[in-house]
Amino acid sequence: MAQVFHRAANTVARASIAGLILLLVLASGLLWVFFRGAYTQSVEVIKDQPAQFSHKHHVNLGIDCRYCHTTVETSAFAGLPPTETCMSCHSQIWTHADMLEPVRASLAENRPLQWTRVNWVPDYVYFNHSIHINKGIGCESCHGRVDRMPLVWRAKTLLMEFCLECHRNPEKHIRPREEVFTMGYQPKQSQSTLGPKLVAEYQVRKLTDCYTCHR
Amino acid sequence: MQESTHPDPLGRPPVIEAGHDYSTVTGKISDIVLRQSAPKAWFFGFGVGFLLLMLLNLSISWLFVKGIGVWGVNVPVAWGFAIVNFVWWIGIGHAGTLISAILLILHQSWRTSINRFAEAMTLFAVACAGMFPLLHLGRPYFFYWLFPYPSTYDVWPQFRSPLVWDVFAVSTYATVSLLFWFVGLLPDLATLRDRAISRPVKMIYGALAMGWRGSARHWHRYQMAYLLLGGLATPLVVSVHTVVSFDFAVGVVPGWHTTIFPPYFVAGAIFSGFAMVLTLVIPARKWYHLEDVITMRHLDNMAKVMLATGLIVAYGYFMELYTSWYSGNIFEMFTSWNRAFGPYGYIYWILIFCNILSPQVLWSSKARTNVPLLFVVSLIINVGMWMERFMIVVVSLHRDFVPGAWGMYVPTFWDFATFAGTIGLFLSLLFLFVRGLPMISISELRELAPVGRTAEGGE
Repeated sequence: MAQVFHRAANTVARASIAGLILLLVLASGLLWVFFRGAYTQSVEVIKDQPAQFSHKHHVNLGIDCRYCHTTVETSAFAGLPPTETCMSCHSQIWTHADMLEPVRASLAENRPLQWTRVNWVPDYVYFNHSIHINKGIGCESCHGRVDRMPLVWRAKTLLMEFCLECHRNPEKHIRPREEVFTMGYQPKQSQSTLGPKLVAEYQVRKLTDCYTCHR
Repeated sequence: MQESTHPDPLGRPPVIEAGHDYSTVTGKISDIVLRQSAPKAWFFGFGVGFLLLMLLNLSISWLFVKGIGVWGVNVPVAWGFAIVNFVWWIGIGHAGTLISAILLILHQSWRTSINRFAEAMTLFAVACAGMFPLLHLGRPYFFYWLFPYPSTYDVWPQFRSPLVWDVFAVSTYATVSLLFWFVGLLPDLATLRDRAISRPVKMIYGALAMGWRGSARHWHRYQMAYLLLGGLATPLVVSVHTVVSFDFAVGVVPGWHTTIFPPYFVAGAIFSGFAMVLTLVIPARKWYHLEDVITMRHLDNMAKVMLATGLIVAYGYFMELYTSWYSGNIFEMFTSWNRAFGPYGYIYWILIFCNILSPQVLWSSKARTNVPLLFVVSLIINVGMWMERFMIVVVSLHRDFVPGAWGMYVPTFWDFATFAGTIGLFLSLLFLFVRGLPMISISELRELAPVGRTAEGGE
């Protein structure tokens, strides 16, 4: 009886089994990269802003975070500065710099600058800046080295796994309250002894219930 | 198998009728697929199945468009038809696994004529069942949250919940059943390949047969693999419905929270599964003239299994009543009273009639060999087992502890349409299977052919 398939069919069959396995590995790798990859999560991606504001420059001048983000210690939202805040200096210095033209226009037309948001969590996540600041979580822990960002970018993925990592192990990330706004903070003693001490002192609980953030 | 070479000590009728040898069984079963056109009943059955399948498409689309509110479910009865149907379908599947795995290991050669059919039924029933837990999710597009995959939430499914165990139980069950069925099909696919007339048909069966040549080495490995799969599938007969029963038994709802649930569910599953096998096999053997292969001995044996498991189910019902009285717990006692005399009381009495009273006719050997009667009893049991699941799911939920939280569940048109639709899916798949694949295992049937045993000299 004539063969239904050519001899090569055996090789094709084996190759397709290998191919299928390869495809599955490849597909899971792609999914991994897509959902965790820095680029897809906008990490270190610079967005266009209405004015070329450099955090790096202003932080290094010695301006405190709270000079512009005024409500960070008292409310959920850290706050974005009104144009008047910029003008508190720039009415005196760099008054005719081209770079500051949008800021002057904003003041003249009484129209706020529309910054493009870089760090955000979805609407179904309840996030409050003040409690994190008051319990000794540094700006740097989520926002990265803002003092090294000419234009600001997102430093961390801000995925739920990022939040939970700290909520489960706050002692690894906690710092003294007076160091919260420090960039490039180094603990003065080992974090493994300082961390648990601060957790106890600030009465930090491991808030990992769903409703802590999803209210 | 031994039975084909030794005379039966009990003088039972043979598993298959005399007059068959290797070539006649091969021809009989493979010709149904390759050479005969489908009987009129096939077109009727497939037509009905296909129409209902379209109804399933419609009702699922409507469900996805409008959301879960198209069903009658609401607090306190959040598990309505979807879970009733899920448990019903998954239970039906169990007979297939029992026949294919446990009876294989116990060398019950009568399984041969019905195992392929029952395994196919298992697969299709699991396909219908598996749909419901996903459909009843409020956001069905998040169904994959049930699987433990490395998500960016860094949160795993709740492994302490039986609902998660269910995912594993049912998906394992579906995988093992599919493998078992396919491995069993291999030699037959090769037979079809060899007997097919046109080249495209040869190629299709040839590809599916995966190069089966029937060499001694092939057979050796095949039988080892088949036995191993049988061993793998055997615990599943018990474990799958046990886990399904945990969905209820682990909850604290009166009427659910009892330790009798696992054995009682497993017995009920086999009971309903055998009823469904009979419901399907009785018309099939008539339409395809298979009375000499699926003999009265098969029907008789299946009726006996039904009677035995039916008695276990009856014991379960009585024990539920007894324990609720013996517990002295007013909520348990009320649940028992409410089942029989509450607003859904008629369900209870239908159930008692269908599952306890009607199988009692099977004590009589006359009834077990009366084919129309068997068919009717099997249908009644199918209905009864659906009612049982309705009683467990809905009647327990609708009145629990506090009267202020009581409510009624009224299924909507879409509840019924989805259920009827899965029957359509089941029928469509089954009729396609009967048309395209050998519905009885040819290779195993050859072992049963009474070659060398026939009194009239034989071969």
